[in-house]
Amino acid sequence: MSEVPAYTREDAGQPPSLFPAYGSTVARSPRQPLVRIPQTLTELTGPGAWDRLMGSAMADLTRQHKGEPIGQRITVGGQVLDEDRRPVPNTVVEIWQCNAAGRYIHANDQWDAPIDPNFTGAGRVITDDQGRYRYTTIRPGAYPWGNHHNAWRPAHIHLSLLGPAFATRLVTQFYFPDDPLIEIDPIANAVPRSARDRMVARFDIETTQPNFALGYLFDIVLRGREATPFEDAR
Amino acid sequence: MADNQSPEVFGQTPWQTVGPFFHYGLPWKGAADLVGGSDIGARTDLFPTDHYLLNQPTSKGTVAGERIEITGRVFDAAGVPIPDAMIEIWQANAAGRYASADDARADLPLDPDFTGFGRSSTSKDGEYRFLTVKPGRVPGPGNTLQAAHIAVGVFGRGLIKRLVTRIYFEDEPANAEDPILELVPTDRRQTLIARRTGDGTYRFDIALQGENETVFFDI
Repeated sequence: MSEVPAYTREDAGQPPSLFPAYGSTVARSPRQPLVRIPQTLTELTGPGAWDRLMGSAMADLTRQHKGEPIGQRITVGGQVLDEDRRPVPNTVVEIWQCNAAGRYIHANDQWDAPIDPNFTGAGRVITDDQGRYRYTTIRPGAYPWGNHHNAWRPAHIHLSLLGPAFATRLVTQFYFPDDPLIEIDPIANAVPRSARDRMVARFDIETTQPNFALGYLFDIVLRGREATPFEDAR
Repeated sequence: MADNQSPEVFGQTPWQTVGPFFHYGLPWKGAADLVGGSDIGARTDLFPTDHYLLNQPTSKGTVAGERIEITGRVFDAAGVPIPDAMIEIWQANAAGRYASADDARADLPLDPDFTGFGRSSTSKDGEYRFLTVKPGRVPGPGNTLQAAHIAVGVFGRGLIKRLVTRIYFEDEPANAEDPILELVPTDRRQTLIARRTGDGTYRFDIALQGENETVFFDI
């Protein structure tokens, strides 16, 4: 049997599946309690071959088309860590976002803001042996949505991580500092107050590239390992 | 004001929904075909073709095992199919080995062309579809052996975080001794069993809520 130690469970900072202020959760969240199971080899393993699945890195979202996209150029860097602050090397971070005007390149986004023919908003980076990553994009805009009267999403970038195992999967969104929309956004507010700031990037002059792009830091923390080796949890 | 660099808030990065607009960023062409070279999995009808930047399908080599097709629909509380969901799967190969460095059982063969991971967006009718091989059995807790199964993650607009479930197969007698199914209330186990609809084809619907709510796991 595998000697791989189990991963920690979700911590108290994770949001619930049902958060009525985010209206779409009401009909799309389970009502029965989750069935707690031990982590078996199925949950303790995960796809390592991200490059064979997804292809190579796409770390500059501003150079994917003929011209340059409109908007404030930014560079986002950070480290993927686990809860014990160990770097997570060679893992894929998938990125998607709207353009500077707050419009997604998507048929179902019908908000009347301009599409940028030079901006898709999809990228992908791979962490180095210290778990570090970096990419360049343009700062996304805020946009209205139909959740409630005068609802606006704060500017955000979507991130998707596989991590080392099925159990470490994470999809999140990060926000920008000093954005007044975060406090009134039901999706951000589904996360308990004590953990909400984990989703806010920090402006960083060291990451900022002279005469080129403003820099932000965003570290991503995946589940860590349980202290005791994996054994029959039943 | 605290932010992600503040030591006092350090901890797991919280989950947030994929939202409704993930199609040009996550499910690449062929992501739902683990054995062939078809382009199923993506929804390129939802954005202009010159904004398709994701991986293109490549023909796979010969993967050992019984080829199967799994289809199903994702339903909300009212039984309405969900057109903006995404399903991910993770499974062992036909020999019961995971293509992962953490499955060190070198006595079992690895298929160089089988990653065991797939993604399928749901269609406008809420349907997903995977082409894969039937997984072999893998060890469970203690000295048990699990019945053939596929780990499943469900994502979508209105799902703040991933929901985790499993696909088992109705034609596997080992289901009766599976250590994980044993933890599920008897009257709900059938929500985890894919129905055999033909030669190598299975149906596995996922109800997020409602009368036949699928069993979701805390892992």
